[in-house]
Amino acid sequence: MSFRDNPFGEVRLPLLLGAVAACVVALVVAFALLMVDRRQTYQTGAYNALRKASDVVVAPVTGAVAAPVRWAGGVAEGIGGYFFAASENRRLKAELAAARVWRERAIALADENARYRALLGLAVDPPVPMVTGRTVSESRGPYANTRLVNVGAAQGVRVGHPVLSENGLVGRVIGVSSRVSRVLMLTDTASRTPVMIQRTRARAILTGDGGWAPGLAYLRGRDPARVGDLVLTSGDGGVLPRGITVGRVVRGVDGDWRVQLASDSAPIDFVRILLFEDFVKLEDLRALERPAPPPPPTPAPRTDPPAAAVAPAQKSRGAAP
Amino acid sequence: MTTLAQPLRVSRWVGGPLLAALAVSLLLAAPIRLLGLPLPEPVTLMVPAFAWAMIRPAAAPAFALLLGGLALEGLWGAPAGLWAISLLAAYLPILVLRNILAAQSPVVLWAWYGLACLLAQLVGWLISAWIAGAPPSLAAAGLQWLATVLLFPLAALLIERFRDADVRFR
Repeated sequence: MSFRDNPFGEVRLPLLLGAVAACVVALVVAFALLMVDRRQTYQTGAYNALRKASDVVVAPVTGAVAAPVRWAGGVAEGIGGYFFAASENRRLKAELAAARVWRERAIALADENARYRALLGLAVDPPVPMVTGRTVSESRGPYANTRLVNVGAAQGVRVGHPVLSENGLVGRVIGVSSRVSRVLMLTDTASRTPVMIQRTRARAILTGDGGWAPGLAYLRGRDPARVGDLVLTSGDGGVLPRGITVGRVVRGVDGDWRVQLASDSAPIDFVRILLFEDFVKLEDLRALERPAPPPPPTPAPRTDPPAAAVAPAQKSRGAAP
Repeated sequence: MTTLAQPLRVSRWVGGPLLAALAVSLLLAAPIRLLGLPLPEPVTLMVPAFAWAMIRPAAAPAFALLLGGLALEGLWGAPAGLWAISLLAAYLPILVLRNILAAQSPVVLWAWYGLACLLAQLVGWLISAWIAGAPPSLAAAGLQWLATVLLFPLAALLIERFRDADVRFR
């Protein structure tokens, strides 16, 4: 009898049954893991030791893989910069001229703003410290959009801290190891971010779905948004500070309002992590009750007072020694 | 004759492809843009999952897919169990149908591989929608499916390499 006659035919069925049984066991284990996983919670303990360990292993490997490509990209950018220096110079000069005008306006507005705050005795938000890190790994799939950043608990990063690129909000920290943090991107299906439309102050929840443009859920009001409107964080709920740029409103293919993220306008390489704590989480609430600095002298009113009211005052001033 | 009926070592046909698939996923997770575009993110473990089901029935691939799925979730930051369930859900039907698929041409096998990838994506989509409370983007899922389907030649190579390696399953 040759082997083509298959003398081991009788072992096929038990093996197939064994393989199917192994599949069922593995499925049960996987389902149990799915049930106990609590990726979305803010409790630091939920980001379990296994995930921390995998983050610590993955970060240096992907960082090393990306390093030569980043270096090559830097060389190519340098060569391009050399050949296009003249046109780049013209463009930058035009930008600088425009920026000078805005600078003057910004200084005047900041001064005016500071004076109004002092006059009203407003308790303004304290300055937020931040740390800068480099993204060393990213996932771009439909069910997980996260990044690993090479700063962690050793640099003061904690779960919940907002993450920004130079263009706008990127996401927030959901897991921290000693020197690595995992960032949940705004596009992740688990991401929910309170935002507002800058033009109308209409509130909405930015809802990630794994696509390139997250949706605006629970958008209320009459004509609350138009294409091109600026979207900012609203600060509602105390998770994120108010006023961080998120993106611009666009109309999705499905007709829903979506947001083209500002952070997508350039590769997300370096990020800033705001070490932001909401006021309700401050240990020393008395810091908010400190008296505001004395108001600066107010300028004289522009409208001239009535002549009848001015004359006695001038007389009295003139009579004084 | 020592060449007859030699058992196939698990480390060769399961361990090696598993590590290779995970290594490729690790490389593709690097934050690199080529020509302004991010790298694709195929589910590389679908390649050995399909090939293992076609090569021979065994218990080891199921647990390898469980471990590989968990590693993928650690790498991508996905909910634990999502990819393990999706991969096993695609592996099981191919395993049951392997006798029917064994004699098919590569093109037909490619179509079956595409269906298996579609099943994995569907299960992942449903789990993700259930966990997040909102449906994930179909376009993003479709792009990942397409990137995964394009990897079929690697699965065909793996099948060709190990299909006749164990004489009991010729």
